[in-house]
Amino acid sequence: MRPLDGLLSGDRPGGLVLSLLLLAVLLGLAFAPFLFPGTRPLGVAARICIFIVLAASYDVMLGYTGIASFAHTMFFGMGAYGVAIALSKLWAGWDAVLLGTAAGVALAALVAILIGLLSLRVRAIFFSMITLAVASFALILATELRDLTGGEDGLTFSVPRLLTPEFRLAAEPVLGARLDGRLVTYYLIFVLSLALFLLMLRVVNSPFGRVLQAIRENEFRAEALGYRTVAYRTLAGALSAAMAALAGAMMALLLRYNGPAATLSFDLMVDILLMVVIGGMGTLYGPVLGAVVLVMAEYYLQPAMAAVSGGLKGWPVLPALFDPDRWLLWLGVLFVLIVYFFPAGIVGKLREGRR
Amino acid sequence: MSDGAALLRLAGIHTHIGRYHILHGVDLAVRRGRLTMLLGRNGAGKTTTLRTIMGLWRRSAGEIDFDGRPIGDLETPDIARLGIAYVPETMGIFAQLTVRENLLLATGPQGFDEAQLEAVLALFPALREKWHNAAGSLSGGQKQMLAISRAIIEPRRLLIVDEPTKGLAPAVIQLLIDAFLRLKQSATTILLVEQNFHVARSVGDDVAVMDDGRIVHTGAMADLAADETLQRHLLGLSLASHQ
Repeated sequence: MRPLDGLLSGDRPGGLVLSLLLLAVLLGLAFAPFLFPGTRPLGVAARICIFIVLAASYDVMLGYTGIASFAHTMFFGMGAYGVAIALSKLWAGWDAVLLGTAAGVALAALVAILIGLLSLRVRAIFFSMITLAVASFALILATELRDLTGGEDGLTFSVPRLLTPEFRLAAEPVLGARLDGRLVTYYLIFVLSLALFLLMLRVVNSPFGRVLQAIRENEFRAEALGYRTVAYRTLAGALSAAMAALAGAMMALLLRYNGPAATLSFDLMVDILLMVVIGGMGTLYGPVLGAVVLVMAEYYLQPAMAAVSGGLKGWPVLPALFDPDRWLLWLGVLFVLIVYFFPAGIVGKLREGRR
Repeated sequence: MSDGAALLRLAGIHTHIGRYHILHGVDLAVRRGRLTMLLGRNGAGKTTTLRTIMGLWRRSAGEIDFDGRPIGDLETPDIARLGIAYVPETMGIFAQLTVRENLLLATGPQGFDEAQLEAVLALFPALREKWHNAAGSLSGGQKQMLAISRAIIEPRRLLIVDEPTKGLAPAVIQLLIDAFLRLKQSATTILLVEQNFHVARSVGDDVAVMDDGRIVHTGAMADLAADETLQRHLLGLSLASHQ
């Protein structure tokens, strides 16, 4: 099992149930185009991959370092706008994709470093407020700089031909899946997401990650051991921001569109926070399950409720209670139940007693 | 007590915490290769003195020299990097990390020096059995052993320990006494705050007694241990009651 330990940086999920759940997610995503053919399921699977990276990168900040930032969607947006601007203003080539991604990642890391150096010395609540203010400013900026960002309408752009639905690897479907540019886009996102997740797993299980956890537990004790906590937290913030920007770049390629609502909204920030909290903070495996639960709920809770409501036709009150328009109510109930029964998140609960 | 061979020297240290004036001109010398006890009643300023040395609380006046170099204006990480290890009163472990991870935090990027690790685990064999357990799951005594182990897992020039035996069972206290005696054999310089006079008498070479934010007595630990009148005068206790 040594190669597996090497791949997971010695941080196995722990526990049979959790391992099986994560294996099911991995296999489900790896074979999603063939297991669940169709454009919508493929889009949902791709979003799960992207949100795994986004939520895991937020967990590096919140779960491993103890920093509550509300600027994570801003970094996500920077990556997405990097690709969107490059592809819409330059040309629809791979070099433009790389250039836009690199610019978005570099900008995100730079802004994270600046925020960190300027504000990580203040108390946690003030840091959170500063990140909220900066994120709001970025949202306004993206809306106002119409020439560059397309304003509230956003930017629609072409992607390299390999990623377009018109591109065909084979004329006939294989196992029900069309071998076209959407499939290539999906597997590009899947492989990149897997690689980025394993990279983050490597980072949090390195000596650097150990110091971050020590800082999260007690900043003064870590300083008394000789660690410059502001430097470590700033670096963690930059890494987390860069990962979020990469997730944003993938989202732009998937949607072939980017706008404020797609990557910069505060609703998205709440989603990320919920994914981390529901899955389990400080575990990295937690955001994987959190992303799956939340994205699936957003896409399939309404149809499921419509089916339940239809099935209960003729009963008093119940069909109205399960009306698809009330899906947010049930999503809220689901969150309350998860937080009540799994206060340490799903992974925290499943790992209970491991140490 | 001559401070000619002092590794650490405090001169006229004043420390304010908020509007409270805690240290009122502390003068203290910690000699090389010696174990210096810092004694005093509760609230005398012992912990504040240690935290001021580590830069966790900033002095408002006075000088702190380590090996002849002023360190009063340095940040805590820089002070630690000079080779000063600090074990706070609250044990200072990281509860969610394992015993191994706690110790690794105090090593350099190269990881453990196997010989040093074996020496530390020989001092506290209980830690070997708990190697992969979360530090938060250890008993109070084991947590203290871990905190001290982390301070000595790498060679340090000065070890500062704040009340290591507080709240521990007598058998564990004896273990810690044995550990400090073995550390003394390696000529480690130690500054130890302790309320338990039996511990102080067992391990101390030199002693400084604090009262109301000042050092009111310095000398040999053996002399204080032999003088019950002085003990009553300085500490309000007699050795007989703390056997």
